[in-house]
Amino acid sequence: MNKIVRKKQLSSDVFLMEIDAPHIAKSRKAGQFVILMLDDDYGERIPLTIADGDAEKGTITIIFQAVGGTTLQLSTLEEGGSISHVLGPLGTPTHIKKQDAPVICVGGGIGVAPLHPIIQANKEAGNKVITIMGARTEDLLIMEEEVRALSDEVIICTDDGSRGRKALVTEPLKEFCEAEEKPAEVVAIGPPIMMKFCAATTEPYKVPTVVSLNTIMVDGTGMCGGCRVTVGDETKFVCVDGPEFDGHLVDWNSMMSRMSSYKEHEADHRCRMSEKAKELSTQGA
Amino acid sequence: MTAYKTPQTLDLEALAIKENLNLPEGLANLKAKERAAIPQQEMPSQEAMARACNMEEVALGYTDNQVIVEASRCLECKNAPCVKGCPVSIDIPGFVGAAAKGNFDEALEIIKDSSMLPAICGRVCPQEKQCMETCTLGKMKKDPMQSVAIGRIERYLADRGSSKESKVDKALPTGKKVAIVGSGPSGLTTAADLARLGHDVTIFEAFHKAGGVTVYGIPEFRLPKSIVQQEVDNLEAMGVKFVYDYLIGRTRTIEQLMNEDGFDSVYVANGAGLPKFMNIEGENLVGVFSANEFLTRANLMKAYDRGNAATPIYQSKKVAVFGGGNVAMDAARTALRMGAEEVHIVYRRTEAEMPARVEEVHHAQEEGIIFDLLTNPTKIIGDENGRVTAIECLKYQLGEPDESGRRRPEAIEGSEFTMEIDTCITALGNSSNPLVTGTTPELNITKWGNIIVNEDGMTSMPGVFAGGDIVQGAATVILAMGDGRTAAKGIHDYLTK
Repeated sequence: MNKIVRKKQLSSDVFLMEIDAPHIAKSRKAGQFVILMLDDDYGERIPLTIADGDAEKGTITIIFQAVGGTTLQLSTLEEGGSISHVLGPLGTPTHIKKQDAPVICVGGGIGVAPLHPIIQANKEAGNKVITIMGARTEDLLIMEEEVRALSDEVIICTDDGSRGRKALVTEPLKEFCEAEEKPAEVVAIGPPIMMKFCAATTEPYKVPTVVSLNTIMVDGTGMCGGCRVTVGDETKFVCVDGPEFDGHLVDWNSMMSRMSSYKEHEADHRCRMSEKAKELSTQGA
Repeated sequence: MTAYKTPQTLDLEALAIKENLNLPEGLANLKAKERAAIPQQEMPSQEAMARACNMEEVALGYTDNQVIVEASRCLECKNAPCVKGCPVSIDIPGFVGAAAKGNFDEALEIIKDSSMLPAICGRVCPQEKQCMETCTLGKMKKDPMQSVAIGRIERYLADRGSSKESKVDKALPTGKKVAIVGSGPSGLTTAADLARLGHDVTIFEAFHKAGGVTVYGIPEFRLPKSIVQQEVDNLEAMGVKFVYDYLIGRTRTIEQLMNEDGFDSVYVANGAGLPKFMNIEGENLVGVFSANEFLTRANLMKAYDRGNAATPIYQSKKVAVFGGGNVAMDAARTALRMGAEEVHIVYRRTEAEMPARVEEVHHAQEEGIIFDLLTNPTKIIGDENGRVTAIECLKYQLGEPDESGRRRPEAIEGSEFTMEIDTCITALGNSSNPLVTGTTPELNITKWGNIIVNEDGMTSMPGVFAGGDIVQGAATVILAMGDGRTAAKGIHDYLTK
């Protein structure tokens, strides 16, 4: 049982939760994630990235979008409540080293959450960090304050121009690649389609580009292989080999079709979940 | 295939034999020839068509009459070849003899001297390759399947005993702390032995439930979860602590357990690792699953209960399972129960070479699983959405025997054909688990990543022991248990020397 010590709604369907998980808080590193489960018997195991952590307090922070059955249910839990199971930290930590040129961190939507510890670690390593944050619209931008506090420069893009530049994140990214001081590395985390295009943008400039994948998984320990992706000519497991890979080598189309494996089920499940939510809210009223 | 007999019919047949031979009183008067003439007692089971639509256990277990009759088939050989066939050397003639006399409590105590998990082993051991292979009766009949049905007797005794309180003599606390990594058959066995010896035992499990492969892999219809849970409850009653959602190698390392968390010894039994694939084209298409994933979704995550479970499972109509072991049978039979219309086992050799338990192969055949033998997939074909639509296969024939004496399968040139299917499940074994070895450089490992241990089960790190699949490669429940036994003794010696 892991207690929820703080909950905050960041946008219409994005939530932040700080949860009690002393062992994870102590051992987690940038780039790692957890798997959580809400119900002992019938629950589903879902991977969520770690946005922050406090080893002394013994807590970790997760940020999630309530889009699937389990994340919807999670969003209904309140401070003081608890999550039945949290396993972690999982995955191989981000490889951070001192770079001679800037590191560009690109975060799309809630992708900014897992990016946050990576920005932190890069700053600790003494790197210059430029962060590009993107979202469909202003309301969906998260963690701006935290990102600004750490980054040397922050560029904000929205699809509708409600905040910052009216552009996709790939636009400023391309400009940085063309600049005189070529970036040492790009870290892009966000929806698969965004990561795919970030990788495509940097490839002609041969700028190393790391992406963090969030594929379907069950155990998170390498046992099931459900999370596998094609990277170069090899099959890799996101849960143990990843979640970070060379964006130029990931077979994006294969990965995106694999992520839609259960779309029929998910649609059905979401339907049942929202009915349930409606039921609960009418009972409450 | 023989016609289906109900459990009641089988019990009446056993009763008739029992009365005719005046068992158990008349047992002493029976000559070896007369014992050998007693027909082997068939395992009562659910009817094939009925069971293919439910998840309940297929084999229902012997009745009292059947156990007495079956145990009376034992020839009581002086040299007991059956014991040599058992990886944990259970006193088989001892417990079978006690069962034949109707002394069921005594029989179970004899088993428990050597095996902690008889209800599990009675169900999942490949007896025909172990105790039943070396049984004299089977040799006489030139068929190990006709040996004394040792596993069925074992299962009966264990099931009967589980409803009673088992008395455990525990030694005085030694003050020594032992950490066990993984709650599968090996870890549970070690925990039981060490707790009995008075050590303070904590089991760390990555999943949210204990049992390892017996809860995520082996399906309910072959090994009900309640049986595993019973063993876990027994251990808890003995004072063993279970810590869930705790992954050694990530949450904590072996070194931290030993140097910071105060454990005096660690037993690594974290099991098999990454599932193997065939490295053929199309393996990452949607609709290709490792058996581990498919079975974990269906079993541990309860996807068979579609109305309640949040975990999805792929909606399959035509399924091909690659492999010929127990896991392949489990996956095929689970797919059938999840609603598939047609399920194929695709295997490169013939039925005789299949590593699966013979009983599982028979059960699968009875349920209507189609066996495509001497067939090997060469390519998986998908549609524009990246979903599986067919597989391309090659026919094989058996050629000359190889070094192992098995006839080598050879591809028949030009025999390619395609099979329309929507789901592939690979059951080809697992490579070693990298999580502990990858974070514990002090451990010596083989080139396949398996941990190297000495005859006491100790690794290259003093106080750290290992066993089960992480040492053996993919093996069986009983071998994992055997390792657990060895390690428990090794750990006890290490802690008390």
